[in-house]
Amino acid sequence: MIIAAQKSMDEILRSVKPFEKIAVAGCGTCVTVCMAGGEKEALKVADLILLDARAFGRKVEVNVTSPVRQCDMEFLDDVEDELADVDCILSLGCGAGVQFMAEKFPDKVVVPGINTSFIGVNRDLGYWTEMCQGCGNCILEKTGGICPVSRCSKSHFNGPCGGSHTGKCEINDETECAWQLIYERLKRIGQLDRLYEINEARDWSTSRDGGPRRLVRGDVKV
Amino acid sequence: MGNETNKEIVNIRSNLQKVLEAGNFSVSAEIGPPMSGDAQNVIDKARHLVGIVDAANVTDNQTAIVRMSSIAASYLSLQNGVDPVVQMTCRDRNRIAIQSDLLGAYALGLRNVLILSGDHQSFGNHKQSKNVFDIDSVQALHGLTKLMKENIFMSGSPLKAPIEFFLGTTANPFADPEELQIIRLEKKIRAGARFIQTQAIYNLDRFKSWMEHVRERGLHKEAYLLAGIVVNRSVRSIEATAGVPGMDVPLSLIERMRATKGKEEAEAEGVAIALDLIKELKEVEGVAGIHIMAIGWEAIVPTIVEKAGFLPRPKV
Ligand code: SF4
Ligand code: SF4
Repeated sequence: MIIAAQKSMDEILRSVKPFEKIAVAGCGTCVTVCMAGGEKEALKVADLILLDARAFGRKVEVNVTSPVRQCDMEFLDDVEDELADVDCILSLGCGAGVQFMAEKFPDKVVVPGINTSFIGVNRDLGYWTEMCQGCGNCILEKTGGICPVSRCSKSHFNGPCGGSHTGKCEINDETECAWQLIYERLKRIGQLDRLYEINEARDWSTSRDGGPRRLVRGDVKV
Repeated sequence: MGNETNKEIVNIRSNLQKVLEAGNFSVSAEIGPPMSGDAQNVIDKARHLVGIVDAANVTDNQTAIVRMSSIAASYLSLQNGVDPVVQMTCRDRNRIAIQSDLLGAYALGLRNVLILSGDHQSFGNHKQSKNVFDIDSVQALHGLTKLMKENIFMSGSPLKAPIEFFLGTTANPFADPEELQIIRLEKKIRAGARFIQTQAIYNLDRFKSWMEHVRERGLHKEAYLLAGIVVNRSVRSIEATAGVPGMDVPLSLIERMRATKGKEEAEAEGVAIALDLIKELKEVEGVAGIHIMAIGWEAIVPTIVEKAGFLPRPKV
């Protein structure tokens, strides 16, 4: 799932300040689950915008909407009428949602209310970690199901750097060394021999390095 | 550049490689390039080492702090009589830049290359930067070995005129888990590393146990293992070294430094510790040379080399 964090209210207030008719748009999918930009957060942000405007004697109208997904035109069509009159949309969707919103409403100002952070998992209440960078060529079968691209600070493919110590990454003690995890897991599932294979330089063209990516599937096209 | 000069450059061979291949115990040190474009700084450091060491590592933005480029400083070192080891990290360059820079290094007569991952930029003074890590050190060694042996670039396209480097990398005998680290060392050697410089050694017992594993797998016969030592000049310096992740400094050595009074005594003790370590390290089966890292105290290297009985250096 996509993990995100809300921007500071200061930053949000600064970007919506020039506008009188504002819509705060939550998104019902990933950012609802990670509590950064769902309907609940959208209502709260709307209240704070109103409070701030009142404190400074400015007049604003703020409405709140929360499509099921901002990354699907179908659901943006549903909110079209609702948002027809506003001049600024503060989207609490991920980066994809914000941009799709801007495509849907080409004449309105659309600004982001959250920082899209990573593809990750929820490990505990209020604790998420990165698991994948969408490299476009998954190699988890070689690494015991632990991703070296996103979880090793140096994206190493052939074992740990010299900074790995007591299972921690050299960058700080809160970060587990991905290669320590890979080693333990491969050992556990009887695949330690995988570590001896030299993984040659990889082809990053399937990743962002090949330019913005597209996926076309003939089988689902109509 | 005339034809003659070009021929001269092509004929240059690594002194470090010649020393080791002739069966000598090698002695190397480090030249840390300045945080400026001051050539004289490098020249002075190199001149102190002429006839004292077989080669000097020229670091590549160590700890992710911007300094003069390793290749430029290596060239200054070569011109001033010290065979340089160009360090090359995977942190700052993709495969295009690594290969291109090394073609340039070859053209300048530089023959030793040490491949490193590179300290993460969060350690340095440009924490805001993006890192590269297009390839890791095993992939770099593998690709460069192919470039040298098969004359093909990492892309598969041909290299027009052959190049030759003495390729090396690093190993940390104190990183854990040991088994994984040994597997990685073996991989680096299979990928083409001909010499291995170790992290600074203080804990001889742990180093000796690591070397046992190295010998069990015959790795000491496939690459030259150069044991690294750091020379400390003060209590503060040994304490700081002990605090670096991945370092193992026994308390007894720190106590030895603490027992000294005043700068002179501390410096003398720092040298004495280095000499004690060298004496033991050179007897360890499979150790092919010593690599002295006198960070911030380069001027002490000649004294250590002399007192350790390593002079004169072989002419090969
Ligand atoms: S290998 Fe690539 S696709 Fe697979 S988890 Fe890692 S980043 Fe994601
Ligand atoms: S310590 Fe481990 S996770 Fe961190 S950069 Fe090195 S190999 Fe990667």
